[in-house]
Amino acid sequence: MSLVIENVNYVYMSGGPYETHALHDISLTIEDGEFVGLIGHTGSGKSTLVQHLNGLLKPTSGRILVDGLDLSDKATDKRAIRRKVGLVFQYPENQLFEETVEKDIAFGPKNLGLDAAEIDRRVREAMRRVAIDYDAIHDRSVFELSGGQMRRVAIAGVLAMEPQVLVLDEPCAGLDPRGREEILGLIRALHRESGATIVMVSHSMDDVASLAGRVIVMNHGRVAMDGTPREVFARGEELRAIGLDVPQAVELAERLRERGLDIPQGVYQMEELRAAIAAAVGKGKRHA
Amino acid sequence: MANLEENRIIASNLVYTYPEAKKNAVDDVSMRVKRGEFLAILGHNGSGKSTLAKLFNALYVPTDGTVWVCGLDTRDDDLVFDIRQHAGMVFQNPDNQIVATVVEEDVAFGLENNGVPPAEIRVRIDEALRAVNMSAFAKKAPHMLSGGQKQRVAIAGVLAMKPDVIILDESTAMLDPSGRQEVMNTVHRLNEEEGISVVIITHYMAEAATADYVIVMDEGKIAMSGTPREVFRQVERVRALGLDVPPMTDLAHMLRADGLSIREDVLTVDEMVEEVCRLSSKM
Repeated sequence: MSLVIENVNYVYMSGGPYETHALHDISLTIEDGEFVGLIGHTGSGKSTLVQHLNGLLKPTSGRILVDGLDLSDKATDKRAIRRKVGLVFQYPENQLFEETVEKDIAFGPKNLGLDAAEIDRRVREAMRRVAIDYDAIHDRSVFELSGGQMRRVAIAGVLAMEPQVLVLDEPCAGLDPRGREEILGLIRALHRESGATIVMVSHSMDDVASLAGRVIVMNHGRVAMDGTPREVFARGEELRAIGLDVPQAVELAERLRERGLDIPQGVYQMEELRAAIAAAVGKGKRHA
Repeated sequence: MANLEENRIIASNLVYTYPEAKKNAVDDVSMRVKRGEFLAILGHNGSGKSTLAKLFNALYVPTDGTVWVCGLDTRDDDLVFDIRQHAGMVFQNPDNQIVATVVEEDVAFGLENNGVPPAEIRVRIDEALRAVNMSAFAKKAPHMLSGGQKQRVAIAGVLAMKPDVIILDESTAMLDPSGRQEVMNTVHRLNEEEGISVVIITHYMAEAATADYVIVMDEGKIAMSGTPREVFRQVERVRALGLDVPPMTDLAHMLRADGLSIREDVLTVDEMVEEVCRLSSKM
């Protein structure tokens, strides 16, 4: 399912002294099945943009088309859109509220008016996808779980709506390294298995480099860059100029090239760099 | 008792058990924070690292064993305010620890509660805000600040008490990369220029790599300790404890597996550049 963002502007506290133009004339098309990494520093507009994708915020001007349906059109069924576009907020575990894990995950599907058997199927499937053992955990209180488990239960609650587009705002924020690996692993598997379109907002260039097929960089409410990770991360100087990092592999590759080593342009993943370094050093060996 | 001049915090056979918990959250830990030291405490969620930090400024009182903060026993109720003046804590969420509606009033909060004279308060606020590079924001409302700026205001509030130790309990976890950098630069500068001891509890291995000394907690005990180089070179062990190693240490180990004779204790990009160049010129 595709998402089309057409000339979207968003202004809040309009007319007052704190009037802020959060989005400036954004136009983007996200194709079915893409994995998009959305990056930008705090205040760049990335969270504002994702809240437009399921109609939580309405553009001041411009329009959003989800699967061809115009979100600003009054005739469009907003609830149907929210079923198609699942949004996982920052620190989603803060929104868990039910008595048990199972009830919390079932909350959305129940509100859709599905029958008990279908709700049960969805809950089990969502739990499988986030690698939480149904039998061991389903009747536990969400507040007995670890931080990483709570995060996964919260994501399962969104997955149980079976969205075709999944938008995740900083899904790894505040987790320990093991928790981060688990969440990134399940997002990767989800994309591979279900073919859902994924938009992941992240501060971590390394996480984006390892997952996304397309990177969109926001700055001051505008799209500053849009391309493959290879294209975007090759623009290290510009990324730093707007207050962003580059993945450590990119930084090291740049520095080694400056020192005269033969490292190909466009290397951005650690595994690629590993091979490139082995080749560059090995080449020297043969010359000697 | 060990030399107080050299040890800001001493923990001796420290045990802490949460009410009704079956296991000890901190289980027989003995350690010290030296004068002027920058110490990082690592560990996966539930390893006991945050509990340990809270024992360091009398937010928690030991179930067994003892913590001395600048010679003061944290079990003594009458010393709590003195202890918190010596060891100040900055928490994780920048939005949960600012109480006033103007930045400089927030910095003054602890001073006023401790009965510091107004003229002295003025001097300390100015010094503290200058030390965290926030003087220009003295009259601003905290909610207009970025996360990194809010955390620097929180640090200024602690600094104004003229502490010997600052404890940061995952204080960068909710910040973006530039906010994290601001906070880390600030505490490193305070450590180097003012000689304040710093204890950081963190999930970011790159932050731990800049510390003088690293302690890894697991199941309430100290599982590993040493300089960052000594700890992170043990890649397998660090991973088994649910942690990462800095990306460059990881790459060094991959290249060693490929047969390159790179040092196994590389921590930074700078060091990796030198190692690879050394190899390529030798060949």
